[in-house]
Amino acid sequence: MYTLIKDTLLSQVRTLWMVFLKIFTKADTVEYPDVQPYMFPRWRGRIILSRDPDGEERCVACNLCAVACPVDCIALQKAETEDGRWYPEFFRINFSRCIMCGFCEEACPTNAIQLTPDFEMAEYARQDMVWEKEDLLIDGTGKYHDYNYYRVAGKQIAGKDKGEALNEAPPVDVRSLLP
Amino acid sequence: MFVLEVGSVLTIGLILAVVIVVAAMLIWVERRLLSFWQERLGPNRVGWFGLLQVVADMIKIFTKEDWIPPFADRFSFVIAPAIIMSVVLLSFAVIPFAPNIGVVDSNVGVLFILAMASLGAYSVMLGGLSSDNKYALLGSLRAAAQMVSYEVFMGISLLGVVALSGSFNLRVIVEAQADGWYVIPQFAGFVIFLIAGIAESHRLPFDIPEAEQEICSGYHTEYSGMKFGMFFVAEYIGLVLVSSLITVLFFGGWLGPSFLPPIIWFAIKSSMFIAFFILLRAAIPRPRYDQLMNYGWLFLLPVSLLNLLVTGAIILSTQ
Repeated sequence: MYTLIKDTLLSQVRTLWMVFLKIFTKADTVEYPDVQPYMFPRWRGRIILSRDPDGEERCVACNLCAVACPVDCIALQKAETEDGRWYPEFFRINFSRCIMCGFCEEACPTNAIQLTPDFEMAEYARQDMVWEKEDLLIDGTGKYHDYNYYRVAGKQIAGKDKGEALNEAPPVDVRSLLP
Repeated sequence: MFVLEVGSVLTIGLILAVVIVVAAMLIWVERRLLSFWQERLGPNRVGWFGLLQVVADMIKIFTKEDWIPPFADRFSFVIAPAIIMSVVLLSFAVIPFAPNIGVVDSNVGVLFILAMASLGAYSVMLGGLSSDNKYALLGSLRAAAQMVSYEVFMGISLLGVVALSGSFNLRVIVEAQADGWYVIPQFAGFVIFLIAGIAESHRLPFDIPEAEQEICSGYHTEYSGMKFGMFFVAEYIGLVLVSSLITVLFFGGWLGPSFLPPIIWFAIKSSMFIAFFILLRAAIPRPRYDQLMNYGWLFLLPVSLLNLLVTGAIILSTQ
């Protein structure tokens, strides 16, 4: 009888009282459109293409992001300028497929493709979720401010010959090493 | 005809309108209160503090397709929500809201309410059976089991009040409480009727026939549109009904200090119980239905019989 009263009555009444007291506690709800949450800089959101410090496109159209993408949402075509730089002729991301995994950012050898904290990308028409290069390309350097691929890589372009890159030794003429 | 007295057309129309509007507003009240008790905010976007949420819900439910499944038994499928709606509204006929407000001054008020509560079970069972759906059938099976267990002690728990006041007339019962509410001499009866009332209106923790987490809303699984809306609103009207019944039977109905009109006292007392029912929903988990039957037959029925016995003995010895 004692346990019956203790378990079925007192415990239920205690539960009711404790839940009732919750009316005085502040709600946990964040009223989202009115109160914007703090987004961490490394949040994996909308994908952008960045430029190097000189204002040129960083993307060299190596296709590594398209290969790494688990849902095949990236499509691009390589082209080449007269001074020898590679660039994407078109660069298309289908955000209705993208799962924001960030594998493209990890695969990118030139820090061109980056994920940003923006997540408000809802659209009414599905075709509006397909973003072209003009939509993706930003004017800034994104998360990496100093990196410039053509200045540190050995690739030869107009105005920068072999051996002139940063920290690069001049090329060795193997035929001059005769004994 | 158009004066505020028992049985006039004006009174009946007012009661009907107020009861239905209050039941619809309860949808918003319940969601707000529940969310406060769960540290949330609840619907607060549509209108002032979300008050127009009810209007939005109603527009939505009226524009939904009113679909009758091809495998359902059409006649009983259509008639089931109408039964519960009319039965619950009919029960309000005998509720005395104030000395001059009420539909009918009946000498068998308590019996009428008990009879209407039993009829309401037909709606639940017809709705579940005619749907030809396993979940709905399970829901009505549970409803039948639950009805069998609570209706017995629900009636017996009221007999103490009837014995004290000497009448089945709810108005006489209210007036007999002028020198003391029946909740004090009939506390056991009050607690038992409270539990039976929760079970009767299918509210948590005794919403076993429609347990959403187990049998996906039970007997009204197949209902849509306004037919579902009728089940839904009837549940809230049932909540108002049980709250007003507790007020009338145990808390002195419209009686109170005279600085407020009687109808206000009635409204205050009833809304306290409505809020309490919502608190129950926020706090107490649902038992299994064999646990409810065990509890009803082996604990509440003997206690209510004992309560009636002791009440009768005291009345006889003080006469």
